[in-house]
Amino acid sequence: MRKFFEKIVEGGLLISGSVSSLTILLIVFFLFKEAGGLFNTPATEEGYVLAVNKSNDVGKLSPEMIMDIFDGNITNWKDISGMDQDILIFRFSDLTNYYTEEELGDEFQYVPQKISELVAKEPGIIAFFPKQYLLENGFQGKVLPEEKITLGEFFGGTKWYPTSTPAPIFGLIPLLLGTLLVSIGAIVLSLPFGIAVAIYMAEIANKRTRGLLKPIIELLAGIPSVVYGFFGLAVIVPLIQKTFDLPVGETAFAGSVVLAIMALPTIITVAEDAMRTTPRAMKEASLALGATQWQTIYKVIIPYSISGITSAIVLGIGRAIGETMAVLMVTGNAAVIPTSFFEPVRTIPATIAAELGEAPAGGAHYEALFLLGAVLFLITLILSISVEYISSKRKI
Amino acid sequence: MIKIDAQNVDFYYGDFHALKNISMQIEANTSVAFIGPSGCGKSTFLRLFNRMNDLIPDTRLEGKIFIDGRDIYSKGEKVDTLRKNVGMVFQKPNPFPKTIFENVAYGLRVNGVKDNEYIEETVIKSLKQVVLWDEVKDKLKDSAFALSGGQQQRLCIARALAISPSILLMDEPTSALDPISTGKIEDLIHELKKEYTIVIVTHNMQQAARVSDKTGYFYLGELVEYGETRKIFTNPEKESTQNYITGRFG
Amino acid sequence: MAPVQKLENIDLKKRTSQKFAFGFFTLLSYLVVAILFVILGFIIIKGGSVISWDFLTKAPEEGMTEGGIFPAIVGTFYLIAGSSIISFPIGIMSGIYMNEYATNGKLVRFIRIMTNNLSGVPSVVFGLFGMSLFVNALGWGDSIIAGSFTLALMSLPLIIRTTEEALKSIDDSFRHGSLALGATKLQTIRRVVLPMAFPNIITGLILSVGRVSGETAPILFTVAAYFLPQLPGSIFDQCMALPYHLYVISTSGTDIEASRGMAYGTALVLIAIVLVVNLLANLLRNYFAKKVKMN
Repeated sequence: MRKFFEKIVEGGLLISGSVSSLTILLIVFFLFKEAGGLFNTPATEEGYVLAVNKSNDVGKLSPEMIMDIFDGNITNWKDISGMDQDILIFRFSDLTNYYTEEELGDEFQYVPQKISELVAKEPGIIAFFPKQYLLENGFQGKVLPEEKITLGEFFGGTKWYPTSTPAPIFGLIPLLLGTLLVSIGAIVLSLPFGIAVAIYMAEIANKRTRGLLKPIIELLAGIPSVVYGFFGLAVIVPLIQKTFDLPVGETAFAGSVVLAIMALPTIITVAEDAMRTTPRAMKEASLALGATQWQTIYKVIIPYSISGITSAIVLGIGRAIGETMAVLMVTGNAAVIPTSFFEPVRTIPATIAAELGEAPAGGAHYEALFLLGAVLFLITLILSISVEYISSKRKI
Repeated sequence: MIKIDAQNVDFYYGDFHALKNISMQIEANTSVAFIGPSGCGKSTFLRLFNRMNDLIPDTRLEGKIFIDGRDIYSKGEKVDTLRKNVGMVFQKPNPFPKTIFENVAYGLRVNGVKDNEYIEETVIKSLKQVVLWDEVKDKLKDSAFALSGGQQQRLCIARALAISPSILLMDEPTSALDPISTGKIEDLIHELKKEYTIVIVTHNMQQAARVSDKTGYFYLGELVEYGETRKIFTNPEKESTQNYITGRFG
Repeated sequence: MAPVQKLENIDLKKRTSQKFAFGFFTLLSYLVVAILFVILGFIIIKGGSVISWDFLTKAPEEGMTEGGIFPAIVGTFYLIAGSSIISFPIGIMSGIYMNEYATNGKLVRFIRIMTNNLSGVPSVVFGLFGMSLFVNALGWGDSIIAGSFTLALMSLPLIIRTTEEALKSIDDSFRHGSLALGATKLQTIRRVVLPMAFPNIITGLILSVGRVSGETAPILFTVAAYFLPQLPGSIFDQCMALPYHLYVISTSGTDIEASRGMAYGTALVLIAIVLVVNLLANLLRNYFAKKVKMN
């Protein structure tokens, strides 16, 4: 009986032990399940069609071309290697500009007929309207084939206009560059501080000072990211705006400063632990040869613990790349390819947090945000694995 | 000539009275062995000669230690200058995570030698001095960790010799080694004492008898007896020494 | 002997370089401490004037520019409680399994790598995952239970790691002593190992509560309500939460300028939770460390 009970408890422990592994698998499954749908979704809004005049020889339009047409950036079909004909944009809501209510019928029963007529009449037209108003028999225009979003468009795309109609544009590049810019800036700022404090705590400070510093670093790690974001918004952003005389203070630089503070505890703790593993005998050997403590630090301790210090840096980068709220609050969130540190940028996590609330579940936008999540997950996974690899590597 | 002169040395770890009123004189170009049971203070005493105990917080020294007539604990004395003159070899081989060459060159480099030709000469000379040259001459660029324990320990001795100290402290240098490596290091000590003053702490009484000119026996923080090695091992004055060397305890 | 003579002045140089380097490190270290105190000081001073009994016990009013943050405090409390109920037992049991039972080195290594990976997963990814699994697939909707599960999974790695470390620090001789008296493995763990490791495990749990109370991204899409003056009635209701509330009123409230005071107050309450949690964890650690020493 008691044996049986022990077996049950052991089983329970085993199940608990597998929860974290299971969670990782579930995260992968659900992230990719939702994200994968993106490449099965039509590039144009679902339930709508795009039609042109029959004489128009244009074959297919990329989402980016569609956006440029509807934004008025492309005004002639020849700009996209078509015929020389000015483009006439027709949105469903424009219908009443062409026809009276009587002509359309009290229950809009003549709408399909009228749209068909209009498309036939105007050679340069591009019409965007709900599928239900497409004349079933004898539509006198050319319905453009439904394009699917491609991998290349997502991973190589340089624009992020998720709510643009008729065709939203999901290009990863500006968000990825924004994320990298902010994170690398953060690491460059926090590395000298992080390593200096780690050296100070591991080798210079006496026991009492270290005992005081340790909880302070822990506290720094414990402050919620939203509080850092708020502090950044209330103090750092205005300060940056004033100091550099910028139109707005919400910039990549502001994000880097806030992230640098947030990445400090990770870098300090991991690097200090690494330096502490240096055998005392090795330090003594160096000192016994007449080296100063500082020479011992940079000639023996740092080379010895270099893999741990590298791990600290990689973990710091991981923390910076994945950080959401603080960055969302201080970087200004402009989804454009960044050209300078002192411009608003938008990172991957901030995009997810800012847009998911407005993206209808199951839609292309929703799926694109999950794909962003999957990309983010993969980046951090690669970082985690490289830490694993670095720390398992033999010290020379 | 008196090389090391310790006068009425008392040493404390916190409240623990580790060394009690020890006075000892060590002559130049001799080798002296410290023996005694674990915790008797022999290693602590040794580590006072290059101020290695400075690294341990909450310790206190009373009395004076002179090396070449200079009070090494007086205010103006710089510890790094002292340690260049007083080399040390540790219980376990502790090479740096560097190449064989760089391990030996380390002491020269941290002391500001930039002349590469001189560094190379010195490294080769030091490796030859410890009879390691033939074994490593083709792999100077390999990691020092690739060497065997005995080779590592000789490398550590070469490292200490490279900066030309006049005193060599050895803290149980063979305790982690096999008998063959131990024999090689003992032979080496015989050679080295012609040029250096050697102080060696050992648990191994045969070793003390083989390599030293004088022996000091420590017990519970006191220097019980200090004299010619032959006399200590054949005809000690104190009963406690007699008991220890005949293996009745310790 | 020549080289030693040659080196005499380099000693001064290397001592000076050490002085310079150490001075630099000390300076940077104090700067980091100063950063912390600036952040804390700023929020405590600005927020201190906002905090009042009404602020802590009233719902937000006038488009969240007046009134208090009571529903957000209650919501955060519910989320702490909800996630703790899930994560504490699973995390502790998982730590026990890894340190006491698992004998297969490969399996342990695999679980440990997975746990490390889990701790590296960004919080916003937890938010996405929680939304996809708990809110949509399981059909719980935006609810306290969905948020609690999401937060619980996020805090698991911390609890597992601290439990494992606490157990590892207990010498095997205690286990052997108990087993030698005929106790079973489970009895040994329950009566000998766990009581000894308890203080350190508790410290880990407290720190995880601190983390849960401040997380925003995971609750953004799983539970948090923009504005909900009445308290939740069941675990399937949405609720407000302190970190999300701070985000809302400092970035997208109806009148951001007018909400500033409320935002300072909310930030102070969050900071206060973190301070209390850290203080508690440290006190506990020191207290038990002393006790163990005395024994």
